[in-house]
Amino acid sequence: MPRINSASELEELRKGVLSKRDPDKPCIAICAGMGCLGLSNGRVISAFEKEINKKDLKTKVDIRATGCHGYCEKGPMVLIYPEEICYVEVTPKDVPEIVSQTVLRKKVIDRLIYADPDTGEKAAHQAEIPFYKNQMRHLIGNNAKIDPRSIDDYLAVGGYSALSKSLLKMSPEQILEEIKKAELRGRGGGGFPAGRKWETARNAPGKEKYVIVNGHEGELGAFMDRAILSGNPHSVLEGLIIGAYAIGSHQGFIYTRHDTPQLKNNIDMALTQAEEYGLLGENILGSGFDFHVEVHLDIGIFVSGESSALMRSIEGNPPEPRPKYIRTSVSGIWGKPSALNNVETWANVPLIIDKGSEWYTSTGTERSKGTKLVSLSGNIVNTGVAEVPFGTTVREIVFGIGGGIPNGKKIKAVHFGGPMGGSIPESLLDTPLDFDELAKLGAPIGAGSMLVLDEDTSMVDITRYFLDFLSNESCGKCVPCREGIRQMLRILTNIRDGKGREGDIELLEEISEVTGAASLCALGKTAADPLLSTLRYFRDEYEANIAKMKRSAEKREL
Amino acid sequence: MGKHKKTSEIIIQIDGKEVKAAEGMTVLEAAQSADIFIPTLCHHEKLEPYGACRICTVEAEVRGWTKFVAACLYPVEQDLVVRTRSEKVDKIRKMILEFLLAHAPYSPQLQDLAQEYGADQDSFEKESSFCILCGLCVRYCAEVKKKNAVGFVDCGARREIRFIPEIAAKECHSCKECFPLCPTSFLQAAFVLTESLAFSRDSSPTALKK
Repeated sequence: MPRINSASELEELRKGVLSKRDPDKPCIAICAGMGCLGLSNGRVISAFEKEINKKDLKTKVDIRATGCHGYCEKGPMVLIYPEEICYVEVTPKDVPEIVSQTVLRKKVIDRLIYADPDTGEKAAHQAEIPFYKNQMRHLIGNNAKIDPRSIDDYLAVGGYSALSKSLLKMSPEQILEEIKKAELRGRGGGGFPAGRKWETARNAPGKEKYVIVNGHEGELGAFMDRAILSGNPHSVLEGLIIGAYAIGSHQGFIYTRHDTPQLKNNIDMALTQAEEYGLLGENILGSGFDFHVEVHLDIGIFVSGESSALMRSIEGNPPEPRPKYIRTSVSGIWGKPSALNNVETWANVPLIIDKGSEWYTSTGTERSKGTKLVSLSGNIVNTGVAEVPFGTTVREIVFGIGGGIPNGKKIKAVHFGGPMGGSIPESLLDTPLDFDELAKLGAPIGAGSMLVLDEDTSMVDITRYFLDFLSNESCGKCVPCREGIRQMLRILTNIRDGKGREGDIELLEEISEVTGAASLCALGKTAADPLLSTLRYFRDEYEANIAKMKRSAEKREL
Repeated sequence: MGKHKKTSEIIIQIDGKEVKAAEGMTVLEAAQSADIFIPTLCHHEKLEPYGACRICTVEAEVRGWTKFVAACLYPVEQDLVVRTRSEKVDKIRKMILEFLLAHAPYSPQLQDLAQEYGADQDSFEKESSFCILCGLCVRYCAEVKKKNAVGFVDCGARREIRFIPEIAAKECHSCKECFPLCPTSFLQAAFVLTESLAFSRDSSPTALKK
């Protein structure tokens, strides 16, 4: 591979990549996201390869295993370019027909296209399918166009032009200003302004500084970050390099999951390719800026994703959080200023630099700008990853994109933010997706997981489930968290099993007050949030469970 | 903090009293220097501050914001106002003690504090682990003795201390300095040590010879 030493060389390279591509040449793009992998798309991919070989079409047809398309419910998903015909739930059996009919004769196979389960209406293109129609796919849109293991594919969709603009035409201060003007807020859960965090790290004393991608994504029901990090790793890397330049960091870390080999493989490949092109490493694009990246894997507990625990883990210590009385952007890894953002936050950066903060802030609400990736799961027709502008109502997401509740059931609640999140009831579904609006309702957006719950769900049970999860996944160091969760879980188990006593709800509230105020890190401080939100909106369920117990006890006495 | 880098002396207020402190000190150190008592369980002057038991939680007011912080870790800063007792602080300490008394009901140290804060040892269902995971033994062995013969294993509610048989067999019999540090009872550490040396498969004479 040639090493690129200037902006013009990058554009030449891009032109070269594009000139080799015939836009009219058929291409079979098969979703190789993790959902589709689970639905054995590996067999679909090899069936296509075999069929193309058999028909001697290797030079006439391209096959591309792409990033996640988001529509997990209907995987494995296959797109046939240039017509962009979209087939859902494809099996290896369908492959010969797709090649002979669609690839060669441009004929649409009716039984393989999407059909609306309610109206029966068919859609042959992604853009016509309701799941996609109501989205704004700024971050995830390229996933279907690229092979995440090919840097040329990323260059073909305009990749690394934001990096070239940043390093060669902008000063670090200008980038910082642009990110601040874009009002980019951290997508990992806190919603903290990324520009301010970067500025703190930039201004913190010390020469050595670090930038970190938090790709841990431990939030239950969250799977949007791995769709981006495995499906378009260069977009995250590009954002990270730009951030490093703005902050004055020469060393970055990508922290991700040990249990998902596809993540590590695709990241490693992206790093190697970027380095070969001179987009990473020494003297990037001839700018004089040096930057290196190391990949670290978690040790498999939830609290590893907490920023200070993650930094301890990178240092080689057990992932136990430390108090953030001094911010990690001032004193993080090895006591050095460390700016940590999650995958989605970094992926927004090239977009902001490319199109400008004005363009960026034209989407969203007053205090939540841009788009948000959400992962839909639970009692919902369309499980998958969707991207919507902030301000879209929860109802629009659940019904317009998610297709509503299966089996004719009614919706009861939507739970945001996983085990430390909160639920909102049906009556509040018209709330817009917004950091502050949802936080006010006790259901902060978290990383963007939306667990949809139907009328048969016991809110006591789901709350108990989250606490059970946390009791195993906290580090266990501090007393209010470890013991508070233990006792809350015990009381909730009793209530669930019909052994609740009067006063239990009040005791739960007292414990939650102590864990919230006195725990060491955010895990303990927010461990009771699902409990508090379900007590806020579904207190009657707790009371009914306890009253049932009282009635049966009285009966026994009679 | 950076702002006061060059000022060596910082004036803070603890329970209405003006206290002189130095840059880099914690609230606990500042309080101790002024003879103001803040209870601790996992703190030891020879060891790095740890912040696990949270019994030293105090109210800290900075620029009009009040938060609950661990005194053993929180760094002093100019104009900091600390309240070592308040309704909420007492409530937090009472519940922490009740959590711990469920594991070690007869610990004299816990009993004394329970009296002060009105903690009921029967508030929560008993779970006789005896250990309150303060980590004094673990950290003393690591930081002072530099042996790492005892450590934490597992996480969350399953966290516990374990002696590492291979190291403990060589180091512990002549040392046992961690025993009297235990806030519940040093018999607990003795039990865990004996358990790992006498009853662990890995500590069989043949395994130790390797």
